[in-house]
Amino acid sequence: MTPRQRRWIFLIAMAGLAAFYLWGLTGLPGFGNYPGPYGDVINSIAVAETNATGVVSAVNFEYRGFDTVGEEFILFVAATGVATVLRQMRDEREHEEEEAGADDEAATRDAPPTSGAIRMVALIMTGPAVVMGWWLASHAQTTPSGGFQGGVVLATGFILIYLAGKFLAFDRFSPADVTDAVEAVGAGGFAAVGVAAVAMGLPYLTNYLPLGITPGAVSSSGTIALISFFVGVEVGAAFILIVSELLDQTLLIRQGSQ
Amino acid sequence: MAIFPFVVVAWILAVGLYGIVTSRHLVHLIVCLIVVQSSTYVLLLGVGYKTGAVAPYFFDVPNHTPAVDPVVQALALTDVVVEAAVTALLLAIAIQAHKRFGTLDPQELVQLKG
Repeated sequence: MTPRQRRWIFLIAMAGLAAFYLWGLTGLPGFGNYPGPYGDVINSIAVAETNATGVVSAVNFEYRGFDTVGEEFILFVAATGVATVLRQMRDEREHEEEEAGADDEAATRDAPPTSGAIRMVALIMTGPAVVMGWWLASHAQTTPSGGFQGGVVLATGFILIYLAGKFLAFDRFSPADVTDAVEAVGAGGFAAVGVAAVAMGLPYLTNYLPLGITPGAVSSSGTIALISFFVGVEVGAAFILIVSELLDQTLLIRQGSQ
Repeated sequence: MAIFPFVVVAWILAVGLYGIVTSRHLVHLIVCLIVVQSSTYVLLLGVGYKTGAVAPYFFDVPNHTPAVDPVVQALALTDVVVEAAVTALLLAIAIQAHKRFGTLDPQELVQLKG
């Protein structure tokens, strides 16, 4: 198929999609006229029920907590998948090395040296990024934040170390074995919080911890805060793992071709 | 303009799909997939929006203030996480494809296979 044919097929398909989409739009309530009822119900009961003022977190870690377990394990499996896909390649490269030669331009090109400005800014940002990630992961119950967002920011702190220095420094600050273990603790922690409820004779992921007295206090909302924290740990470790696996590749290719 | 956000959704989706169809580079294709997925964020948040309502956070506003739907916002969060996971896996596979076939052009990859 030529690119030209491909484009035509695409345009025809898009015309069909547009027709169905417009048809669907006629049945949607207009923008801004949310018809409910689930959002309104949760908004009116969540704070009283969970003492969490962040209703999105309450939905994620309490009302829809079971889904979030799955969501967290999607990320866990993805990190494992990246490691597996790339690890296979590492073994293969050893016997492919001789034939691969140095004709691959991108592989033989040296990395440009990091500029002083990038180093400086990355170093300055590392501390605040880690603190911010920690803060986000531990404040899901109060304000817009949560484990997923916090975990990504937390991972950014470590990736900034790579940007400021070298891959080896990044590797030293977040060695794969430790990151693996931390990720497992994060993922398992969430599941364990749920299983603990079962052990007490309650349904899975029941909020069995004291909810605190003041809605919106950091100590409020019981398991929501705890789960969010575990998620933050898991997501942070998963992203560090994924990024280090990908960085590993560029580094190994460069070494292999020299 | 009660449907303008939904038109934006369709536009983002179409632009992303066009990019995927005409892509000549796997990494570009993966970025286009992210664009396609971004349209779902706008759709989810657009569906749950209520004119004049606040974000569903009652930290500094009294309870029972009209707020937008928190369920779709939580879904958007799930969406982002899944996207990140999918992107990471696809990038890893793109690296593998480049090593095995020496090209990242999806159209050449198809020819190699056939």
